[in-house]
Amino acid sequence: MNRLGDLERAIMEVLWLTETSLTVRQVSNGLTQRNLAHTTVMTVLDRLAKKGFARRERDGRAWRYRPAETREAYVAELMLTALEQTGDRDAALARFAQSVSGAEAVVLREALARLEREQLAEGDSEIALWGEWPSRHYSPRSP
Amino acid sequence: MGGMAVAALLAAVAVGSAQGASALLRAHWPRRSPAAAILLWQALGLASGLAAVGALLAVGVGGQGTRRAGVLGGLTMLARRLAAGHWLDPNEPLAVTAVRALTLAAGFALLTVLWLVLVMAFAAAIGARRRQRELLALLAHGDPKAPGALVIDYPAAAAYCLPGIRSQIVVSAGTLDLLAPAELAAVLAHERAHLRARHDLVLIPFTSLRRAFPRSRVITQAYQNVALLVEMMADDRALRVRGLVARELATALLRFGTAGTRCAVPAGALAVAEGELTARVNRLLAPPPPLSRPVQAVIVLAAAVLAAAPVLLLITP
Repeated sequence: MNRLGDLERAIMEVLWLTETSLTVRQVSNGLTQRNLAHTTVMTVLDRLAKKGFARRERDGRAWRYRPAETREAYVAELMLTALEQTGDRDAALARFAQSVSGAEAVVLREALARLEREQLAEGDSEIALWGEWPSRHYSPRSP
Repeated sequence: MGGMAVAALLAAVAVGSAQGASALLRAHWPRRSPAAAILLWQALGLASGLAAVGALLAVGVGGQGTRRAGVLGGLTMLARRLAAGHWLDPNEPLAVTAVRALTLAAGFALLTVLWLVLVMAFAAAIGARRRQRELLALLAHGDPKAPGALVIDYPAAAAYCLPGIRSQIVVSAGTLDLLAPAELAAVLAHERAHLRARHDLVLIPFTSLRRAFPRSRVITQAYQNVALLVEMMADDRALRVRGLVARELATALLRFGTAGTRCAVPAGALAVAEGELTARVNRLLAPPPPLSRPVQAVIVLAAAVLAAAPVLLLITP
């Protein structure tokens, strides 16, 4: 990750730590990296505001900054896209697997238990596991 | 060939492609050689779209020089005539001209819609990925347990990749807790396979078609089918990594699929639908033999002929 990205992240961490909005000076003091120029911190805060991650408000002659959303809200946004359960995959990203529900989940759980039992019992030997599986057919997904 | 003959042939290609799609949906062989099946799906999609547009244009152009120049040549002639201000053909009844004009407009409208939905799907995907990257830059961290991936502190299981030039694999902290190290390695290999083969580019035309025609059963099923085949391809490629065992990928899939679901069986749900996950797990544990080389070659050839047919029909005089 580039230096600017690291700085944005560190500054967001500082903003997320407090309830109140902070001046550039206060943000600088909150950073572990103390030798940063005032203008550098100001530029990065400005960038964060432009991207919509920080909000700024006038306080006399200075700007005060606070995060637009909590950290948890952003994590939720990221994960909501990733966990979308509609079955309609967005073209933006490729998920490993989507969780299932209903009868399929029950069958899969049993299959997993069976596989784990076997792994415990006989190491990696291959046995015909799938004789008892329901035959393949299509029916609409359960809601 | 006369304009109407070309139009009829193009219409036949469009209808034939649609029927081919339903046949491919019922076929069992695609899971034996997903790559060949995907190629055939792409050819079917391209051929049906081009042929449908082409048939409308061929009717619209009518007798305008198609005998000598083909449909595309006829279109240029028509455009030249219109530019010169000759709107009406004195040798043609007004009603016929009106029908031709409407068909021509329908052909261009369909072409525009197909093109626009593709562009919009691309733009939406690029926008969503940019947002993901911005958020990841602020929130994700590395973890020695998941080399090459970004980790997000979130309890539920999630693993995905962001395709593109600066591609990225993301897993949740919950995933690290859920999976054994070998299973996690299998998941990462699966995601890397998606990224390397740019499966997102394979999928995007089908996603966009689905957005454009959400009510179409064939398109919805075709999309789901291609999506499943892409996953199977990534599963296959992941297993080429040394030391990765199909069983571990299968248990990873099972853990993922059942994590977080409440184990309530809905009333009357006795018939178990074979979902994507079941299909993938079954295929990993009891892999069907791939199609033989000659059969695969025939499929590739068929796909090439199918994709070329509407183009040839449009340009041949």
